[in-house]
Amino acid sequence: MTPLVVLLGAAGGLLLLPLPTLALGQSGLGRWLTYGGATAVCAAALGVALRSLLLGEICEASLPLGLPWIGARFRLDPLASAFLVVVDLGGAFASLYALGYGRHEPEPSRVLPFYTPFLAAMMLVVLAADAFSFLVAWELMSVASWALAMAHHREPRNTQAGYVYLLMANFGALALLLCFGLLAGPSGAYAFDAIKAHPPTSATAALALGLTILGAGSKAGLVPLHVWLPLAHPAAPSHVSALMSGVMTKVAVYAFVRIVFDLVGAPAPWWAVAVLILGGLTAVTGVLQALMQRDLKRLLAYSTVENIGIVFVGLGLALAFRAAAMPLAAGLALTAALLHVFNHSLFKSLLFFGSGAVQSGAGRRDMDQLGGLIGRMPQTALAFLAGSVAISALPPLNGFVSEWLTFQAILLSPKLDPWSLKLAVPAVGAMLALAAALAAACFVKAFGLTFLGRPRTQAAKTAREVDGFSRAAMLGLVVLCLAAGVLPGFVIDTLAPVTRALVGGRMPAQAGQSWLTIVPIAEARSSYNGLLVLVFVTLSAGLCALAIHELASRRVRRAPAWDCGAPDPSPMTQYTADSFAQPIRRVFGTYVFAARERVETPAPGDLAPARFEAVDRDLIWETLYAPIAGAVTFAAERLNRLQFLTIRAYLGLVFLALVTLLLVLALWG
Amino acid sequence: MTGLSFDIAHLLAGSLVLISLLMLYQDRLTALINVFAAQAVALALSVAWQAHAQGAPHLYVTAFLALALKAIIIPVALQRIIKRLGIHRELDQAVGIGPAMLAGVALVGLALVVMLGVAPEADRIAREDLAFALSVVLLGLLMMITRRNAVGLVVGFMSLENGLVLAATGARGMPLVVEISVAFSVLIAFIVIGVFLFRIRERFETVDVAALDRFRGERA
Amino acid sequence: MGLIGAVAVQGGQMALVLALAPALTGLVRKVKARLVRRQGAPLLQPYRDLWRLMRKEVVLAESASWLFRAAPYLIFAGTWVAAALVPTFATGLMFSWSADLIAIMALLGAARFFLALAGMDVGASFGGIGSSREVMIASIAEPAMLMIIFSLALLAGSTQLSTVASYMLSSNVGLRVTLALALVALMMVAIAENARIPVDNPATHLELTMVHEAMVLEYSGRHLAVIELAGFLKLLLYVSLIGCVFVPWGLAPAGAPVQAHLIGIAAYVGKLALAAVLLALFETAVAKMRLFRVPAFLGAAFMMAILGALLLFVSRGGLR
Repeated sequence: MTPLVVLLGAAGGLLLLPLPTLALGQSGLGRWLTYGGATAVCAAALGVALRSLLLGEICEASLPLGLPWIGARFRLDPLASAFLVVVDLGGAFASLYALGYGRHEPEPSRVLPFYTPFLAAMMLVVLAADAFSFLVAWELMSVASWALAMAHHREPRNTQAGYVYLLMANFGALALLLCFGLLAGPSGAYAFDAIKAHPPTSATAALALGLTILGAGSKAGLVPLHVWLPLAHPAAPSHVSALMSGVMTKVAVYAFVRIVFDLVGAPAPWWAVAVLILGGLTAVTGVLQALMQRDLKRLLAYSTVENIGIVFVGLGLALAFRAAAMPLAAGLALTAALLHVFNHSLFKSLLFFGSGAVQSGAGRRDMDQLGGLIGRMPQTALAFLAGSVAISALPPLNGFVSEWLTFQAILLSPKLDPWSLKLAVPAVGAMLALAAALAAACFVKAFGLTFLGRPRTQAAKTAREVDGFSRAAMLGLVVLCLAAGVLPGFVIDTLAPVTRALVGGRMPAQAGQSWLTIVPIAEARSSYNGLLVLVFVTLSAGLCALAIHELASRRVRRAPAWDCGAPDPSPMTQYTADSFAQPIRRVFGTYVFAARERVETPAPGDLAPARFEAVDRDLIWETLYAPIAGAVTFAAERLNRLQFLTIRAYLGLVFLALVTLLLVLALWG
Repeated sequence: MTGLSFDIAHLLAGSLVLISLLMLYQDRLTALINVFAAQAVALALSVAWQAHAQGAPHLYVTAFLALALKAIIIPVALQRIIKRLGIHRELDQAVGIGPAMLAGVALVGLALVVMLGVAPEADRIAREDLAFALSVVLLGLLMMITRRNAVGLVVGFMSLENGLVLAATGARGMPLVVEISVAFSVLIAFIVIGVFLFRIRERFETVDVAALDRFRGERA
Repeated sequence: MGLIGAVAVQGGQMALVLALAPALTGLVRKVKARLVRRQGAPLLQPYRDLWRLMRKEVVLAESASWLFRAAPYLIFAGTWVAAALVPTFATGLMFSWSADLIAIMALLGAARFFLALAGMDVGASFGGIGSSREVMIASIAEPAMLMIIFSLALLAGSTQLSTVASYMLSSNVGLRVTLALALVALMMVAIAENARIPVDNPATHLELTMVHEAMVLEYSGRHLAVIELAGFLKLLLYVSLIGCVFVPWGLAPAGAPVQAHLIGIAAYVGKLALAAVLLALFETAVAKMRLFRVPAFLGAAFMMAILGALLLFVSRGGLR
């Protein structure tokens, strides 16, 4: 039995799992069956995918479904295995988490039947080897995730989120459909090998790139196609949010890599410029938007947009190096991007689990109503802290490694020739650096407001730590984040067959480096050793603590906070989400959000309260989407008249249409 | 030119660009004029170095003119003017510093690309010198449009002229006559603008150039 | 000398930076005092301050969590490890390959991350002020620093500090516009990162202007001592960084004899003293800025650093 058959069986099992669940009805057994089964199946599939990635296996299969002349083709190659690892790892942890978290679900029948098909669809997208099954799986993924995002449809914001998501998902699928149509050509060669066998002309390839950016980019959350993401991801239950942010966006990245690197053929340098600039803009806009949020899950969703930007910067660099025939550098850039895909799936899942834990433990996710949870939920706090450090690209956790590799790839780019790239790359490097620094600010805010300080509400004061399954899932991800940060060489070596297949180059083998250092090109040039950094920091901190313990006074007295001598007993005087972001809003917001602040102080003696008002505007929505929405409404209102015609008029219209068609036939036939 | 000689010329020309950027950063008039004087000193040094390196003694005259006129006489006179106008403490930026700097860096990038792209085969020194000179000219123009105050306009114009001088010395063999006539025309322009400033001030009680728009009746 | 030599250099450097850091701050304070015709505290006052803080009891806010008590050690460890990896008197550091310049800056970033969290932990409004301002300043200073690193790395072909330092010592550096831009930008970043005038005033407790002091307002006793020491180390680190990249003379190369290392230490102490005097002069000469002028100041540093990198990317004469 080939691994592919096992994986297809796993996906099929996940697809069929809702049937027994529905049969079990509303009892808790359905939850156990769904999430327990999904955990087991995902873990097994993870093992199979990891094994074939390590062995570099390639196998194909064809099922008698789909288009009659090609069937449904599936193929497992290193790229597919790598992304399957991401999908199944995320799926296994999300299902484990949901074993506990799912208990708080008010309407399980709106979540359970769609959960496993969602997982199966993501696996099938990655496995598909012809356009037809790819698109079917893609649509299934969209629809299942839409249904999951609409699980709490009674909240008014969620219906709007679902509506926008459905529109954008359809738009993206349409773009991908057109893209495959272009690539398949008039002969209708929809299988991926057939597409690869006939490389398109440069104009067709460019058009396909544009359509892929629209299709895969809208699912991944590239600015300006990201508008649905911060609405839909937070609307779903937290384990599903983790899957949507941590895994589904990665499936979209997979679609981009598969089409642009594998199917389309040799890239032109300007493609790289386009992808780089989109990536840089996405990273900065995403993180700035994240900083302005009050809702923890929305903040995380916007931060996903940022990280997708970082991934696309890596992909853009890989395209540039590939176009310039520099396989080693291309291998480095692609490894950086794929490593960030893997890392982001880990820590974003972790952070969404943490936000779900906060929501179930304290009952809310508005950061202005939380605070001080570190005392009430110590393990969740520790896990969230680790996730925050990782996503802020700080050593020794894993986020730093992939951003470091991306920077190393940027440093190789002066050897690229076109002027546009020479200008774009340093600018994008600056944007990336800005995004990294702002991400740290963003997660100081997220962790500080939620877990530190004094509780701002009664609910936060009486919060409870979450159940064992949820904690196990979070702590497991913490361990993985640390392992991937300290021993990144193994992950990098595992990714080597993928980059060699796609761009013809790879990073030097890391397994042989002394002390498990990672070396992108040569040691004299740059190297990083997360393990040693971790050991050093631990040793120095321990040494310092020991010295203090021996030398210094050990007396500790608890007292009210000092606060410059004027502490205010009300916890509402602490910094809030908006006040924390205020300096950054003033610096960047004026240009990005057209942010305006207004202060009204009453005249002396007047007892009216002083008022402060801050307004941000979403310029992307206003300039890009609002006009389209307006035009659609306008057209719809005009067409609305067609509803109120007489029977005669309707018949006349039908007749007119028939005559027109006949006329067309007569003229062109 | 040898390696070190080229490096020094390059460094001096680069410092002119750097000082132009610093001018964009200043929002007080006195500080702006001081930085302008510093740029004139850098220009004089740069021209003098070219004179030494190219063995062209007439360039020393240019350097001396730059030093005397633009580093001493004009700044001192400008400082006195703004004292007399009573605007030496005024802030003067029509757009924020951030966007102005961003636009400035973008312009320098543009200048580099244009100059290095236009003549890839030309002499390296002349090419990069020209790129820096073009940057200084563009930054001077940028300063002229980001300043609200007429004094800022004057300084921007003079800094633009610094860029022209830099370009001229880099491209060998500019006759001294041209050089001197340019210097004097700048001086005369300065005097005219100075008089003009006082006239504006008498009429409108401000040197904000927006007042001139109002006078034309465009913003009624 | 081999392994023992490398261990000795690495260990010696770690001890040296720790021992000299308070003296550097003491010297800056002393020179500043003399410049305004005050006698000033003795050079060794920072050591005495640290010792006294250690002997005092800790007054801990009631709402402080374990993070508040652990943060000083993490901050100190991050800063110390970073400082141990910047060549001060010799380039042959044993573990210099474990972290390049980007990683060193990220270590400092991690220290700052925990400092900002500690500022928010007690739940008092001043801590929040400090943290929110600190992350704003960092959000511009860090990219500026990274662009400086890009410039250096493109010139030297490496982000490894020891390689950069040996490249700077070699004869094929020359005078470069990029280096001038990077130096100015690096100094501006160093001033901001170390909470010096004009960005922040290290001596102030004027409530509404402080940034760094606001974050550590709730600390006392031994915790405060550790945080202060980390602050001294950070100043020393930036001075060493500027020294090893832009004034690398006197640095002992790897495997050099003992005398070379002694000369290196003497040169290093000389560089520190010079930097302290220059910093004191600068701080006395300028006034503190309004908080919202700081972004323009750091933005200028950022732009200069980008310009420096751009020159290298674009000009064909840039890379040899």
